[in-house]
Amino acid sequence: MFIPHTDADRESMLAAIGKKDLNELFDVVPEKYRFPKLNLQPGLTEPEVTFLLDEISSANLSLDHTACFTGAGAYHHYIPAAIDNLISRGDFYTAYTPYQPEISQGTLQAVYEYQSLMARLTGMEAANASHYDGATACAEAGVLAYHQYHGKRKKILVSAGLHPHYLLTLKTYLQDFDGMQIECPKATSLDEISPEKLEEKIDMDTALVLVQYPDFFGQIQDFSELAKAVHEKGALLCVCINPIALGLLKTPGEMGADIVVGEGQPLGIPLSYGGPYLGIFTTRKELIRKVSGRIVGETVDNRGQRAYVLTLTAREQHIRREKATSNICSNQSLNALTAAIYLSLLGRDGLRAVAKLCYDKAHYAAKEISKIHGYRILNQRPFFHEFVVSCPQPPSDINQHLLDHGMIGGYDLSEEYPMLGNAMLIAVTEMINKEDIDDLCEMLKEGEHHGRH
Amino acid sequence: MDATEKTIFELSATGRKGFRFPSSDVPSSDLPESLQRKDLPLPELSEVDVVRHYTRLSRLNYSLDNGMYPLGSCTMKYNPKICEKAARISAFANLHPLQPIESVQGAVLILYEMQIILQEISGFPACSLTPAAGAQGEFGGVKMIAASLRDRGETQRKIMLIPDSAHGTNPASSVMSGFECLAVRTDERGNIDLNDLTSKCNERLAGIMITNPNTLGLFDENIVEVIRIVHQAGGLVYGDGANMNALLGIVKPAELGFDVMHFNLHKTFATPHGGGGPGAGAICCTEQLKAYLPGPIADILEEATEEVPPLYGYRMPEKSIGMLRSFWGHFGIIVRAYCYCMMLGAEGLRRVAEYATLNANYLMEALKQDYPLPYDRTCMHEFVLDVKWPDAPGIRALDVAKRLMDYKFHPPTNYFPLIVHEALMIEPTETESKETLDDFIKAMKTIAREARENPELLHQAPTETPFGRMDEVKAARDLKIAE
Ligand SMILES: Cc1ncc(COP(=O)(O)O)c(C=O)c1O
Repeated sequence: MFIPHTDADRESMLAAIGKKDLNELFDVVPEKYRFPKLNLQPGLTEPEVTFLLDEISSANLSLDHTACFTGAGAYHHYIPAAIDNLISRGDFYTAYTPYQPEISQGTLQAVYEYQSLMARLTGMEAANASHYDGATACAEAGVLAYHQYHGKRKKILVSAGLHPHYLLTLKTYLQDFDGMQIECPKATSLDEISPEKLEEKIDMDTALVLVQYPDFFGQIQDFSELAKAVHEKGALLCVCINPIALGLLKTPGEMGADIVVGEGQPLGIPLSYGGPYLGIFTTRKELIRKVSGRIVGETVDNRGQRAYVLTLTAREQHIRREKATSNICSNQSLNALTAAIYLSLLGRDGLRAVAKLCYDKAHYAAKEISKIHGYRILNQRPFFHEFVVSCPQPPSDINQHLLDHGMIGGYDLSEEYPMLGNAMLIAVTEMINKEDIDDLCEMLKEGEHHGRH
Repeated sequence: MDATEKTIFELSATGRKGFRFPSSDVPSSDLPESLQRKDLPLPELSEVDVVRHYTRLSRLNYSLDNGMYPLGSCTMKYNPKICEKAARISAFANLHPLQPIESVQGAVLILYEMQIILQEISGFPACSLTPAAGAQGEFGGVKMIAASLRDRGETQRKIMLIPDSAHGTNPASSVMSGFECLAVRTDERGNIDLNDLTSKCNERLAGIMITNPNTLGLFDENIVEVIRIVHQAGGLVYGDGANMNALLGIVKPAELGFDVMHFNLHKTFATPHGGGGPGAGAICCTEQLKAYLPGPIADILEEATEEVPPLYGYRMPEKSIGMLRSFWGHFGIIVRAYCYCMMLGAEGLRRVAEYATLNANYLMEALKQDYPLPYDRTCMHEFVLDVKWPDAPGIRALDVAKRLMDYKFHPPTNYFPLIVHEALMIEPTETESKETLDDFIKAMKTIAREARENPELLHQAPTETPFGRMDEVKAARDLKIAE
């Protein structure tokens, strides 16, 4: 199918290299292990594989016709039609990393624009070409902080408001690495997740303080004072953001953050059951040489034309090998392109509009849910488009009830955060209509009745 | 003619709109003033502007859909269009990672079956699909080695051996896992030097990272012996599977004695490179190491009965090194790879390795008449030339690479592996036809002639492309990476 050789091609090529058959190409492989049987199905034609995948996918519930109130790090947003059209151009998606700038200006300029957009969105000066996702971007911030202090500061202080997967990923990357310790002060309530609580824990051994904005529970807090406290101790502040929220919210740059990371999926990237997503990474200018991953910079070619190249490559594994800032090689280039197209299409007004829609709908939902007997909103502080609801029953029961009626409920927090009780995290994006919210409330009320039987 | 495309910021005009959201159907809520941003400096364009801008940019790219991309070590094979379509099926693309498990059974089934397929190809009994790319697979795999040594109480084992031909991610991943790297020499046949290896195997040995076939495109003739030596010294053997395209159905790394390896789905299984990603990785390993795999791993939670299908779900290996990223892995890429494997089947996969190897040997045989070939024996899916001509001393690998663009080919990988100074690393893959290969040979031979007769042509190259050589020094000196 994807091998174009005719029998005649094969025979003439074998003759040219002096081999009698294809098997002879592999004489170097120890005979005992050569040509093992692969116990796999026979190959399928395109119509057959189409049928198979359709059948498999029919066991999934697509969000196309389903209201989804789960967020928790991945958000259902509208994706403008122009995006898939553009990223489906073979010129973009079948190219390699732009090592040859003369014939890769499309990718290079797009990534340069992406970097510029990310810097503007987060209020920072510099950006890289992407990390794998929000979790790995957090981990790479930890790695940067380790290098910034040459391994002399051993503590990374993490807010309990950080996404649990991000904390786990950070631990995989750094816990115990050369004595590094990741400290995440436990919180028994949402109220305890505050910059003031973290401030107390910063000391001269702290390399990095990592907070999330809005945090995992949707809360918005100003980190300006925290930034001062962090800097007084000579450490770095990293803020993990949701890019849609920054359509409205004060930027981490304004607050004094040194590094901003985040999950870029909400910027036009399909949910795709968890990946591939996009790790946003921006910094102050002074830190750029410590940043890992690819970076595109502006230059000129030998004809005097403005152009772009991969730059500061002396940080990277293919040049520095064991002394590199990180091992990252392939990144999420096509998703960075997606984010650039998304922000270009939406522009200033569009991003504000979608952020405001999310904000308003979430607040309407919270207000309506709080009216239902037995339900309570645990967020005391301002929140963006996600909030925690204390429920009268185990969230899993409620979600089952909702699913039976074709609706995806909130994220069940009761296992990871037992101190919150029967709590679920509800996200509301612009994809949710008032009617969906009203339906949700109706079903919660019904569930209430069932619960009382 | 100036090929420069304006940036989206230059194209912006105040008040223009490219997209409109419906008006709100709920009351407006107030956000405290102090939490609001002052300005939002994003560009303002119409949809037409945006589409034309990125379409024009795309035309400045070379791509696989345009022509051959013989980048050694990168396996730039044709990306089947049906796989793109598969990933866009609504009930794949439009699934939330945290939906109730009953509502994503098809998705978890794909992850589960993909694990089985990779296990079958590699010969290992376990697999994790969580790595985001090859480098993250390495990091995870090497961390698994570290964890198992810790459990064996052998924390003094700190040395990770890395052959001098290895990819830069190997040493970088080892250091991130807490190991010290020590290089092992390559011998004159392109194998790991057994004497050098033996001399470096001691009680501090943690393991070795082997790419086989290596980055010279050569299958190590002593691979079984190399692995035996490392195992005997108490070390573990990591396999960098970036070059698995040459081994599909040819040999299973587990049977050769490897302990743990990664796959790059974006190389071996034809998922697109996307201008630098996203790809996807996978780790396969032995029974002894499987408890350490990064998770979560797809599994059958409840066996099928006569009435109901099995319930698929996740489990975290008991002594897992942890999570490598959020959620379950690069599902959208895994769907493409799954689609590809289902289309090829066992026979098709073996044909991939056979024709990739045939194509590489065919090119090597034709080009070694004109270009020095430092390691002259049957290669696997790629080979490395050394651009060093006594009668064209001013010509470097870079010049040949740049001149190839004038002949409408993407250049091969250059200056890697590091042990070949003027390396051109050529990997045609199985999806290039004999006619394309013949055209490539013709271009390479013409360039070899030009190198003697008119070296300026090479130094000036490329001249037929929209852009010429770049001022890389300026880029780093006058650093401008955002505006
Ligand atoms: C031999 C080898 N190992 C590892 C890698 C890293 O893989 P990735 O880019 O998927 O992280 C590459 C990629 O070029 C490679 O060629």
